[in-house]
Amino acid sequence: MQPAPYSFPGGIHPETHKALTREAAIAPAPLPAQLFVPLQEKGRAPGRIVVRAGERVLKGQKLAEPADALGAAMHAPTSGEVRAIAPHPLAQADGGEGLCAHIVPDGKEEWTPHAPFDLQSATHEAALRHLRDSGIVGLGGAAFPSHIKLGDGHQIHTLVLNGAECEPWITCDERLMREQATAILRGAQILAQLAGAAEIRVGIEDNKPEALAAMEVASAGQANVQVFSVPTRYPAGGEKQLIESLTGIRIPAGRYGPQYGVQCFNVGTAHAVARAIDHGEPLISRVVTLTGAVRRPANVEALIGTPIADLLALAEPENNVTRTLLGGPMMGVALPNLAAPLPKHGNCLIAASDALFPPRPAPSPCIRCTACAQACPQRLQPFELYWFAHARAFDKLARYRLFDCIECGACAWVCPANLPLVDYYRFAKDAIRTQERERRAADSARERFEWRSFRLAREKEEKAARLKARAAETLSQMNNEGAPPDAGSADKQALIAAAVARAAAQKAAAETPPPPTEEPPQP
Amino acid sequence: MSTTHSPYAHGPASVRATMFRVLAALVPALAVLVWYSQGAILLPLVLSSAACLALEAVCLKLRARPWRNDGSALLTAWLLTLCLPVVTPWWLVLTTALIAIVFAKHLYGGLGQNPFNPAMAAFCVAIVAAPGIMAQHLPPHAMSTLEQIRIILGLDAREVLDGIASATPLNALSNALHHDDTHAADFADTLATPLALICAYALGGLWLVRARIIDWRTPLVFLATLFLLATLPWWIAPARYPSPLFHLLHPSTMLAAFFILTDPVTGCTTARGKCLLAACAALIVWLIRSHGAYPDGIAFSVLLMNFCAPFIDLHTQPKAFGHER
Repeated sequence: MQPAPYSFPGGIHPETHKALTREAAIAPAPLPAQLFVPLQEKGRAPGRIVVRAGERVLKGQKLAEPADALGAAMHAPTSGEVRAIAPHPLAQADGGEGLCAHIVPDGKEEWTPHAPFDLQSATHEAALRHLRDSGIVGLGGAAFPSHIKLGDGHQIHTLVLNGAECEPWITCDERLMREQATAILRGAQILAQLAGAAEIRVGIEDNKPEALAAMEVASAGQANVQVFSVPTRYPAGGEKQLIESLTGIRIPAGRYGPQYGVQCFNVGTAHAVARAIDHGEPLISRVVTLTGAVRRPANVEALIGTPIADLLALAEPENNVTRTLLGGPMMGVALPNLAAPLPKHGNCLIAASDALFPPRPAPSPCIRCTACAQACPQRLQPFELYWFAHARAFDKLARYRLFDCIECGACAWVCPANLPLVDYYRFAKDAIRTQERERRAADSARERFEWRSFRLAREKEEKAARLKARAAETLSQMNNEGAPPDAGSADKQALIAAAVARAAAQKAAAETPPPPTEEPPQP
Repeated sequence: MSTTHSPYAHGPASVRATMFRVLAALVPALAVLVWYSQGAILLPLVLSSAACLALEAVCLKLRARPWRNDGSALLTAWLLTLCLPVVTPWWLVLTTALIAIVFAKHLYGGLGQNPFNPAMAAFCVAIVAAPGIMAQHLPPHAMSTLEQIRIILGLDAREVLDGIASATPLNALSNALHHDDTHAADFADTLATPLALICAYALGGLWLVRARIIDWRTPLVFLATLFLLATLPWWIAPARYPSPLFHLLHPSTMLAAFFILTDPVTGCTTARGKCLLAACAALIVWLIRSHGAYPDGIAFSVLLMNFCAPFIDLHTQPKAFGHER
């Protein structure tokens, strides 16, 4: 174990509240009475559903195939009957609904046939496909499909394993590292092999000495693994922040790790990868920290799709709980509906009371104290962004790099004026995206119109040219029939004569009813 | 704006706590001044504080804003009291409070919106409008408490202090330079007197630096630049220019370095901008003290740099993470 060689700018030191659950060993959550397995990941298109309502499914059976390149499969977390495939509230701030498979477990936990994946003889593509078909996504919060992050197997030289867990309250990664260090490192080795990375760097905040020790012990004899302790400072576990702390590489917004030779995976993801390769088990469960104003804080291994209310009940919330947070207090969301199921990225449930999370005092004016700028890990000027967002000066926001903001909340946490800064940035980002979308729609409408005008003009020209060509043809035919090859007026008269003859013929044809199969007369 | 989104946790900082810590940092200096003036300064302090708080309340009421005891008006009052001579008549104390709170602050939109430091704006008006009164800085223990209070309340008709007023080092220096007959070093003895006050300002200021309420760059760059700027001319022509020590060991220098130039609202926000602003302020202070008609240049210097702050900020923006090259 060694200290991280580099550092990142800014950051804050909020109260961690991890003592509540860091000694709570991971226990399996009891099988819930029903499950609502989301068939899509955060903000992505629903997958192609491969089961029908009424069907019996086995544990680990595929429910949905990825619909597009950015998807990963979803699986039945236990055996039972698919009651319905219908919209159900999802665990997100807006309380929106998404397609879920409503499964009533039969209690038998009967597995679908599965076998270890033979990594050595498989092609790179086949291995990535296996990860995708096993539903492996980032368990750290973004739920981004892991097979996409691995690239073509040539760009990445260093794999960063994220065990920082910098958000307050959460201890699921710490527990996993303390209990499953070997499996995590096995998964990391698989990921490194698939990414073509020569080196694995593990980053863990120094407030988790036991996890650091466990990973150090487990990595003994693995020459390509180094375990680093990262100073406890939120957001040390931000993907780009951790990459800088461990490798010194700064990745600007809009760019991705592989372009710089690094990629970052959460320890939970690595664990799931090991299960998927060595046991052929898809991702159907994860560790969740249950904490806050509860009588029995815990870390449980819960099935994806377990209703949040069921999970929370295990921890026995106090009576003064006012809302439930999914994720940590810095970047998590307050859930409007506890019927929502546990998603793959659901690392923590916090029963929040007013005592633990006092309501924000009314905001007062910004005094430009720059505490936010000092806290910003992205080296932005949050107060300037706030002024510009407030004034809806969207062009300025782009120049002051609003879209570099990772919404970590450090600025709002330090703000002495209590301004809901991140809310302003979310609002401004939304507004700018909407504006951009509208501009694009208007642009494409204009382009369509211009193209249509151009096409109509072109068709008109082409028609004129065609008529002219045909006229010339008729003329030359007539000339061949013996008309004098005279001047232009003679040509014209010949054309007129021909036209009169054609008209007379048409008239005659119209007077006698045409046979039913006849083609309509050409204009 | 909804506040139901993350982050749900908030740190311990508040505007009120920040302001009250700055006020606390001023307490040592005030204590020294109470000692110097034999308690007389408490009268303008109370007068100014009451006036500023009352005007703040009225302005907020007229602007239909909620009353917040954020400490900003009190801080303005205290800074004003520290800048004005102790024996400033009551009506001038009230006038400066009016200019600071109403004109320099609320007419621009209140806390956080004022482009100019309210205390300095009011001080400038006073020094331009009543230069005679503003020159009446007393040396320590020069007058009895009662005498001073009588002057403040306008009960003493005496056109005060001709003899005493010029005893402060800067006024004396100004006179000396204009009469061109005295060696600046003659004022060495007057330097000793406000040493306790200088130490008190520095003590409070360094505590604010340590508490990270003010940025260390501003006082350091300001004092260092003033020192360097003053050294060269004094070294060449010691008879014409005061020593760098004289510049540094003046109470108003310390007050500006730690409490005025560090005002977040009217200063620069970027690290490079803070340095640039402090250096330019030092240059202007040195120019006014050495060549200007007014004895001290702090307030003019601060206001001039307040003009420049937005421009400096605009051109000293730091590069965002990953965009360094």
